[in-house]
Amino acid sequence: MSFISYLINGVSLGSVYAIIALGYTMVYGIAKMLNFAHGDVIMVGGFAVFTIVSTYGLPPILGIVVAVVVCTILGMVIERVAYKPLRNAASPLAVLITAIGVSYLLQNAALLIFGANTKSFTSIVSVPPLKLAEGKLNISGETIVTIISGIIIMICLTLFVNKTKAGQAMLAVSEDKGAAQLMGINVNGTIALTFAIGSALAAVAGMLLCSAYPSLTPYTGAMPGIKAFVAAVFGGIGSIPGAMIGGILLGIIEILGKAYISSQMADAIVFAVLIIVLLVRPTGILGKNIQEKV
Amino acid sequence: MSKTYSKLNLSKTTKSNFITYLLVIIVYLIVQFLIAGGHMSSLMKGLLVPLCIYIMLAVSLNLTVGILGELSLGHAGFMCAGAFAGAFFSKCMQGSMPDMLRFLIALILGAAVAGLFGILIGIPVLRLKGDYLAIVTLAFGEIIKNLVNVLYIGRDSDGFHFSMKDSISLRLKEDGEIIINGAQGITGTPHDASFTIGVLLILISLFVIQNLVNSRDGRAIMSIRDNRIAAESIGINITKYKLMAFSISAAIAGVAGVLYAHNLSTLTALPKNFGYNMSIMILVYVVLGGIGNIRGSIISAVILTLLPELLRGLSDYRMLIYAIVLIAMMLLNWSPKAIEWKERIRETYFSGWKSGKGDSAKTAAKGKGVR
Repeated sequence: MSFISYLINGVSLGSVYAIIALGYTMVYGIAKMLNFAHGDVIMVGGFAVFTIVSTYGLPPILGIVVAVVVCTILGMVIERVAYKPLRNAASPLAVLITAIGVSYLLQNAALLIFGANTKSFTSIVSVPPLKLAEGKLNISGETIVTIISGIIIMICLTLFVNKTKAGQAMLAVSEDKGAAQLMGINVNGTIALTFAIGSALAAVAGMLLCSAYPSLTPYTGAMPGIKAFVAAVFGGIGSIPGAMIGGILLGIIEILGKAYISSQMADAIVFAVLIIVLLVRPTGILGKNIQEKV
Repeated sequence: MSKTYSKLNLSKTTKSNFITYLLVIIVYLIVQFLIAGGHMSSLMKGLLVPLCIYIMLAVSLNLTVGILGELSLGHAGFMCAGAFAGAFFSKCMQGSMPDMLRFLIALILGAAVAGLFGILIGIPVLRLKGDYLAIVTLAFGEIIKNLVNVLYIGRDSDGFHFSMKDSISLRLKEDGEIIINGAQGITGTPHDASFTIGVLLILISLFVIQNLVNSRDGRAIMSIRDNRIAAESIGINITKYKLMAFSISAAIAGVAGVLYAHNLSTLTALPKNFGYNMSIMILVYVVLGGIGNIRGSIISAVILTLLPELLRGLSDYRMLIYAIVLIAMMLLNWSPKAIEWKERIRETYFSGWKSGKGDSAKTAAKGKGVR
């Protein structure tokens, strides 16, 4: 019975990773850059909800809306100011370092505004816990909400990318930027839209993460950000279903590793599994293998 | 390319190498004078050895990123391996041999262990490319840090005891002592590091890297960076040269780790010193100094280490300003529009001048690959 509850917790954590990884993988697919600041956008989302709900005592639903709006705008501003000028830079590392700079900037701005103390985040989920199998299996409300919102986001995003014009434009830009532009697609607009969606997802992820693990510091987003990045690579970076599978698998591996092997070694186990997967399938689980031609 | 030109070019690289050595020596002498004259605050004195460590790390990472052309985000992991190997040796051998000899062997051991890790990690990992390589090296760095945190080694009259669980399961006798105590790390490492030793180690690392870059092997490594397929087609053993660059880079990071361990009395593997943040910090030095430009790495490591200290008066805002400076420098140096704008300014107002120093160094570094 404990195995099943671990598994459910794993899927819940994995759903959060998957939501963050979706943002990573979409941005990577379209702008070919690793957005190191993505993890810190999660933290900003968490702080936005915290400010609205705990400091001002306003209803949680308003907190969610504000967090999504703040993160969306933040994501677009970051893209416009820091990443767009470097899109055609000589070295792909330039934009990577800028992203690291943005990450430091967000962390230190949050440190100045909110201080270094750990804030205890009051969960915004009001769903009662589910008791199954005569009380032996207890699933918290946060877990239920996380898993359900994860599923909803994945379905919506898949539909958006495959059925709408904007989604198709995204696919086209990630395939070939120049050709997409020739077909009359607004490349800059599409990239901005991708950052907006990715950041909105990060806001949702920040909310869910802080509800499940109720402590908030300026560095909250860093490690989940890295883990989600691992999940995106795990599933095949640039692939949306890959990010979902990678995220959920990673969450399950982490929770099971913590429970059955060693709690201190959980991170090492996650990373070791990643390395093994990449050595067997160097492009990740669902990644496309591009043959290099001379 | 005419013969005279290539001859001239060669002497230019030798000259450039000597300028780098000279730069380090001059800075060393200036610092020594400042210390002798009492113009150095104790805070600044405390920064000198870390500065040497950062320079060595930046220079060695530049070998992987700039010369080999592969992005590595796990450099702090090699530093960690070297630090613990060196500190372990020093702790075991303390008192049983002369201090200087013990420190020397610790340095060599640290280099060897980190280099070995470099080879072990390099064999599977260097098959991957680009961002995949970056994430796997990041993962390896985190794994090394994680493993060190659960490692317990003790010693008593029966010999060494080893455990991955806790210090009690070592089952030491009464005369035993714990050498590596899991997350508490190694305590009581002798304080052997000094600024002079740091500068000597920098000079040795520079000598190794610059001679490698200008050798036949170095040219093979750079040909892999410039065009892997073309290099393979003329019979260059890709794996061998990649491993060579990667393990030398790791070994120098290991030496930096040993220096780090012998500068502090307590050595623990924290996210702050051996985590991915540290690896990224080193990468920032390399990129800001100019990818492939060894001298640039030294200068940017010095500036970026001193900058937060110089901004100390602004206390709370200093890390914020540091982040803004970092972003602004990247935008100014790399954005195509900013480069174009700088060119235009230069042409309008300074048309008689040569192009900037950084640019010529960069083209020189590129030119070496094709020569």
